[in-house]
Amino acid sequence: MLFWIEKISLVVLVFCVTLVIAMYATLAERKFAAFFQDRIGPDRAGPFGLLQPLADGIKFFFKEEFIPANADRFLFVLGPCLSMIAACMTTAVIPWGHDIVIFGQTMALQIADLNVGVLYLAGVVSLGVYGIMIGGWASNNKYSVLSAIRASSQMISYELAMGLALIALVMHTGSLSLREIVQAQHGGHWNVFFQPLGFLLFLICSFAEANRVPFDLAECETELVGGYHTEYSSMKLGFYLFAEYINMFIASAVMSALYFGGYHFPGLYHIGLSDNSAALVGVGVFFLKIAAFMFFFIWIRWTLPRFRYDQLMRLGWKILLPLAIANMIFTGFLSLLLG
Amino acid sequence: MHPLSSRSRVVVNKTMTFWERLYLPAIVGGLWITFRHFFYKKVTIRYPEIKRIFSPVYRGLHVLKRDDLGAERCTACGLCAVACPAEAITIDAAERKPGEEGLYREEKYAAKYEINMLRCIFCGLCEEACPKQAVYLTDRIVPSSFERQDFIWGKEKLVEPVEPEKRVDVSIRHYFQKEA
Ligand code: SF4
Ligand code: SF4
Repeated sequence: MLFWIEKISLVVLVFCVTLVIAMYATLAERKFAAFFQDRIGPDRAGPFGLLQPLADGIKFFFKEEFIPANADRFLFVLGPCLSMIAACMTTAVIPWGHDIVIFGQTMALQIADLNVGVLYLAGVVSLGVYGIMIGGWASNNKYSVLSAIRASSQMISYELAMGLALIALVMHTGSLSLREIVQAQHGGHWNVFFQPLGFLLFLICSFAEANRVPFDLAECETELVGGYHTEYSSMKLGFYLFAEYINMFIASAVMSALYFGGYHFPGLYHIGLSDNSAALVGVGVFFLKIAAFMFFFIWIRWTLPRFRYDQLMRLGWKILLPLAIANMIFTGFLSLLLG
Repeated sequence: MHPLSSRSRVVVNKTMTFWERLYLPAIVGGLWITFRHFFYKKVTIRYPEIKRIFSPVYRGLHVLKRDDLGAERCTACGLCAVACPAEAITIDAAERKPGEEGLYREEKYAAKYEINMLRCIFCGLCEEACPKQAVYLTDRIVPSSFERQDFIWGKEKLVEPVEPEKRVDVSIRHYFQKEA
């Protein structure tokens, strides 16, 4: 019973935190975009524009709900829901912090410690493309379909390199559980130092998986009107846009956990905190790392132009994939030599 | 050919070096450029609180001027309406009755003077055509509205108030205009 209360409260908490962060990521995006362009950005809604995401959300709800006449209604509604669900599901395996002890009960700050966490991650992330595919297909609009095809082929191409980068990481740590991968990085033994190339590959592929610039060919306005969400309006469009920010958050969290020590930071055990407060500080540190990565996502968006489609495919198949394979072989070779 | 500016570059179709093809150094360079802009002075003018200064030649909402004694200057000659390339001005003339000398400066005056702000292209030709220095374009902006009817501005909105302190200052327009 207690177990379920604990888990359900954790699920609700993680869900809310994810949504709030995604909400404020939209504000951060607009603010930082403004700063990068010598502007001020939205600052009228509330102090420093802090209520802007709320205003945007309310606006989305009041927009006209429009479904094209020839669209498949069921799939049309299913698309954004699926995007959102797939985006949120990934949070389940991310370890947010050390176990904390409340009233003599040990509580894991992770919803589910799957022993195949990395596999689950890769699986759910690739589910995300179904939302885009179904939405694009159901819209009955040629631009939407083109965009959906683009999105899916992009996902497939980059998932390969991503998976291979993950395999090299798993070979290095010897575990598929995210918790164990994070635990193994305590004391500054961050995986990024052992897998720099793997991290770079994973980073690039995360951009592609999250559909962010420079890999946002699925919503390339100049060629495809609005991309897969051309026909969407109101909160269904909001869901798609929101899922992108959740994906960005998740990608940042996964990168921090896999390569940057998760909730560990050098000196965590030397400052003499009690276990509980050390765990909480660890959670804070984890979120700082996530924030840094999200800033990087935004920073890249306002720096790089979008790739051309053939460049995207060339990069994925001819550069990232061979590099990932080489990285994997090299890692295997090294662990054989040293281990 | 002699280059027109110091910024021209000759396009060479040379193959990129390995370092350039790597692309990552270029990305880092780009990131550095955008990051520098983070701390640049912001160019935004926070509009309702701070208004940008208009140039003297700015042509906005019209005003129909009164003379120093408060009489309307327009004599309904119709030259502005003729000059107007957008045909935005409609005038009905009337004759001044005895005792109205304080209201209208000339014997003939405009009983109706309407400018359709949706037609107007703010070219300023009406101002140039006017022999009586009666109509001027000012640095004010035509307010927006949902109704077409609201954009037809009649005398009640165009003629400036009599009170000296409420007069619309157009002295800046004389900067490039003939004498008053
Ligand atoms: S500004 Fe030009 S278009 Fe407008 S009323 Fe005067 S003459 Fe006509
Ligand atoms: S505004 Fe000037 S040009 Fe137009 S009718 Fe009056 S006096 Fe004539």
